[in-house]
Amino acid sequence: MPCCKGVAVSKSSPRRVAVLGGNRVPFARSGGPYAKATNADLLTTTLDGLVARFGLAGERLGEVVAGAVLKHARDWNLTRECVLGTSLDATTPAYDLQQACGTGLEAAILVANKIALGQIDSGIAGGTDTASDPPMALSDELRAVLLRLNRAKSPMDRAKVIASVRPGHLTPAVPQNVEPRTGMSMGEHMAVTAKEWGVTREAQDELAVASHRNLAAAYDRGFFDDLVTPYLGLSRDGNLRPDTTVEKLASLAPVFGRGEGATMTAGNSTPLTDGASAVLLSSADWAAAHGISPLAWFVDGQAAAVDYVNGADGLLTAPIFAVPTLLARHGLTLADFDFVEIHEAFASTVLVTLAAWEDESFCRERLGLPGALGSIDRSKLNVNGSSLAAGHPFAATGGRIVASLAKMLHEKGSGLGLISICAAGGQGVVAILEAA
Amino acid sequence: MGILGSDPYATLLATPLGKRMVDSFGLPKPATLRRYAVDAPLLDGPALLGWLGDDHPIADRIRAILDVEGVEVGDPFDTLPAAAVIVDLSDIQGPADLERLRAVVAPSLKRLMSSGRVLVIGRPEASATSAAQAAARRALVGATKSVAKELRAGATANLLLVAEGADDQIEAAVRFLLSGRSAYVSGQVIEVTGGGPAAERTEWTQPLAGKVAVVTGAARGIGAAIAEVLARDGASIVAVDVPAAGQALAGVANRLRGTALQADVTAPDAGERIVDHAQLRHGGLDIVIHNAGITRDKLLANTDEARWASVIGVNLESILRMNDAILRPGGVSDGGRMVLVSSIAGIAGNRGQTNYGASKAGVIGLTQYLGRDRGLRARGITVNAVAPGFIETEMTGAVPFATREIGRRLNSLQQGGRPVDVAETIAWLSQDANAGVSGQVVRVCGQSLIGA
Repeated sequence: MPCCKGVAVSKSSPRRVAVLGGNRVPFARSGGPYAKATNADLLTTTLDGLVARFGLAGERLGEVVAGAVLKHARDWNLTRECVLGTSLDATTPAYDLQQACGTGLEAAILVANKIALGQIDSGIAGGTDTASDPPMALSDELRAVLLRLNRAKSPMDRAKVIASVRPGHLTPAVPQNVEPRTGMSMGEHMAVTAKEWGVTREAQDELAVASHRNLAAAYDRGFFDDLVTPYLGLSRDGNLRPDTTVEKLASLAPVFGRGEGATMTAGNSTPLTDGASAVLLSSADWAAAHGISPLAWFVDGQAAAVDYVNGADGLLTAPIFAVPTLLARHGLTLADFDFVEIHEAFASTVLVTLAAWEDESFCRERLGLPGALGSIDRSKLNVNGSSLAAGHPFAATGGRIVASLAKMLHEKGSGLGLISICAAGGQGVVAILEAA
Repeated sequence: MGILGSDPYATLLATPLGKRMVDSFGLPKPATLRRYAVDAPLLDGPALLGWLGDDHPIADRIRAILDVEGVEVGDPFDTLPAAAVIVDLSDIQGPADLERLRAVVAPSLKRLMSSGRVLVIGRPEASATSAAQAAARRALVGATKSVAKELRAGATANLLLVAEGADDQIEAAVRFLLSGRSAYVSGQVIEVTGGGPAAERTEWTQPLAGKVAVVTGAARGIGAAIAEVLARDGASIVAVDVPAAGQALAGVANRLRGTALQADVTAPDAGERIVDHAQLRHGGLDIVIHNAGITRDKLLANTDEARWASVIGVNLESILRMNDAILRPGGVSDGGRMVLVSSIAGIAGNRGQTNYGASKAGVIGLTQYLGRDRGLRARGITVNAVAPGFIETEMTGAVPFATREIGRRLNSLQQGGRPVDVAETIAWLSQDANAGVSGQVVRVCGQSLIGA
């Protein structure tokens, strides 16, 4: 007889997951105000700001999940070490996650899933990145020499090994913003895709201007008063240029792509940025017990990847594939959303995504849909600005968007919001929130 | 907090050479003040208690407090050192009775220990029934203020006026004035007007237990100290400051296990946001401390409209606007406490601070008006103000050395106060037991010569 026959194993249906709020530091251009801040500094400060906002000092949460894309070897347990540095109870578990620019949103999906399953009641999802304090590693050649030295037994052997060091070995390996399999930077990849889709320079510059204006207006009306905690003297995102215009952007020279068709400039691409973000998620009961009104419900998330190495798809096009899968699972169309947040890695990323969903033959052939997925009303797109204005500290972007979108839905009082984030390695992470 | 240790004169005094110099030149000798600690006794030695007349209910009440606190009550005409001398002159009828003040206090002064207390009890002049009584009652003000100036070694003298019928509401004020909480309060006249509900039993080491307190301008300086002292006394803290001060604000909130609310007090919805936050997150709102304030100093001749408007807007108009939400039913609870932070500049005026002086005097007017508001009194809500003098903060630390040194010494205690001194006074005004004190402006200035 199987021992467990007849024993009821409790199995509860998934619970609704509330987004209670978020916090981030203002994002700074690399080498700027946060030049001396580490990932740990940024994440700890951000978590502490969230703790203060929600009165969680001394509280044990279900877990804290965060990550960084540019990460030092010493930060192998980054999130847990940060939690120990915050006012949270030291018995709050934590772990690191890394999915390139999808890190922050993927962390939120993980925490939400655990809450939905009843494994935890509350948790924080976040991310941090600083391009000002990148890790530098020994070159592979020098590393090989040092390992040989470690294995060498006699003084003679050691001397031989040391003598084999060449000056060139001493150059450190610095992280490169290139795809390991193509040797092309993200911008170069995007330039190829933008050209394929015929995205114009004007459309990109217009999108960039809208991003700056929307973000500035949101700051002006106090939208970020309970989403951002100033840090090191910075109160607003350092990259924000409220008075930029299409004319000003038109004067910039292209930096990605070559020749006539090159359209991507520093103005319509995100700069290297430092910052961190965090989002507080919980069950409805936990929120009620803590006197916190949910802003939104975390409905669902989806990841996808494309074969940008050998296949036909562009590096940053995976969200184009992830969204239809997610919509189908919930019987939704693009028209059902009140707000759409498409991460502006580059203005052209957003424009290609929109164009692909409007393209009937692409949707039929590549997405397997009966027709075009649909178009998105620009008045619903990135209404409080996005990465072109705020900047993009890789792992921190997901948390920024989840918290902002949750608040937008709460302000509206009803409706749905869609998040789409592209990531290195041909990946994309997308999610749906619903107003609470 | 490095600023607090940056009184070079006090540092010099601590050296043998410095002490000799001070003695031979007759320079001021600032004492180390006795400050409150939860486990400290009410007084460090015996108290001397004198009174006038055969029937002396207030003196009896004070003796009961001293008994509970284990303070020995000595004979005023004994010769042992004393930590306090208390004289109940509530029954004073005319100038001849003033001799009682001299008779009790004069021989005690030489025996008064460092950071000792002189506490004179009287009745308000306004309710006197004869010209002679009014004169005598008022005479206590002049006498007490003069004694305060005579005292040395950190001792203070204050006059507590007890309105007829308010005898049962003096305990919180008596405890405050005798304890280290009033370290930097001297030469002050405080009136217990009564009218509050009879005080329930108070746990004096946690007088704010179970209360929810909002402190504006809580990120640093005096505001942070207020939040800290209210939390120490048992309150849950909602720390409010402008978004730009968010980093420091989060530190304060987390240290005190409260919540941080980033809000500009001049925003039209600031009051609603504060009330909603306190109600939702903390389940109520009992204590409101309007501390947020700014300076935009310039001679009036050089003050433009913007400098004028920003100071009036932040320091005064914002309080009026926030109070619309805070004082309406559903805002601060019945029996609630509100304390506003004024300034000595609002009493005496200050060159180059016409906008600031106007705003802080306005705070006093507002406090006195609300303090006698019948609707608020009926709900048991008290409204009081504190007026800090020279307090050692980052703000005063930025004042040029010579000016700062003058500001520091021009008071009876010959030193600047600390943020905690302001905070202790506010915490006392926030106590439930202090129901009988409303509409008062308590100076925390070491009896500053300015505006006295």
